[in-house]
Amino acid sequence: MSPTLQLFLIVSAALFCIGLLAALSRRHAIFILIGIEMMLAGANLNFIAFWRFSSEPHQPTGVMIAIFSIAIAAAEAAVGLALVISVYRHYRTTNVDQLDQLKG
Amino acid sequence: MNSVAFIVIAIFTLAAGLAAATLQKLMHAALSFAVTFVGIAAFFFLLGAEFVGLVQVFVYIGAVAVLIVFTILLTRRDVEKDRGFNWSGAFIAIAVFGGLIWAILKTQSLSVAAPEIPALTVKRIGEVLMTNYVWPLQCVGLLLTAALVGALILVMEEKQ
Repeated sequence: MSPTLQLFLIVSAALFCIGLLAALSRRHAIFILIGIEMMLAGANLNFIAFWRFSSEPHQPTGVMIAIFSIAIAAAEAAVGLALVISVYRHYRTTNVDQLDQLKG
Repeated sequence: MNSVAFIVIAIFTLAAGLAAATLQKLMHAALSFAVTFVGIAAFFFLLGAEFVGLVQVFVYIGAVAVLIVFTILLTRRDVEKDRGFNWSGAFIAIAVFGGLIWAILKTQSLSVAAPEIPALTVKRIGEVLMTNYVWPLQCVGLLLTAALVGALILVMEEKQ
């Protein structure tokens, strides 16, 4: 008995929600980025699973979207971490609760 | 596809992900993040997308995890530990998880077994990337260049 598409979707939903938990409950900017990366990985797992279980696996569309999504996630991580370092240089903190200068 | 391998990889990945989301020490959480991505790459191998699994290992464990560890080391003076946990975030995450699980279990057409497919070779991926997907490929190249330049500008020292 091999795993069905449903099980893969449940695992990727769990991964997405763990990422959401990290992004919403953490105070540290780097960990908010880690949570966003985990949510993106959950979406990638969905793309690959739908490609594998589709009726036309000759077209590698899901694989292509996953590859492009990984490239975009890498660009996002680079810019995000550069922002964290830049914010740290100005305010000497990476705690997002203390970055409230724009708050009205 | 082997269901024992599936269960082992699922438990491994989700446990490492939970550790990355909740561990208090920053460095431990960053290392569990890397372990989570090993698990996701294992899922890609299980699903027959070996190339994407290898790209995942190279990009996330080789580059992003190292970048995160470097950023933690560079901003270390601030806080060694991540104090304070926002419980409303946990409630929202559990509510979203419940909604997603409800939608997945309610959809009847999802409980299908995997069909037999021919192996997806790197040759085929290269051919498709250079014919059907050549414009997205160029756009991603442009995006990566712009992100590189933007990241460099962001971290450059400001002249007084």
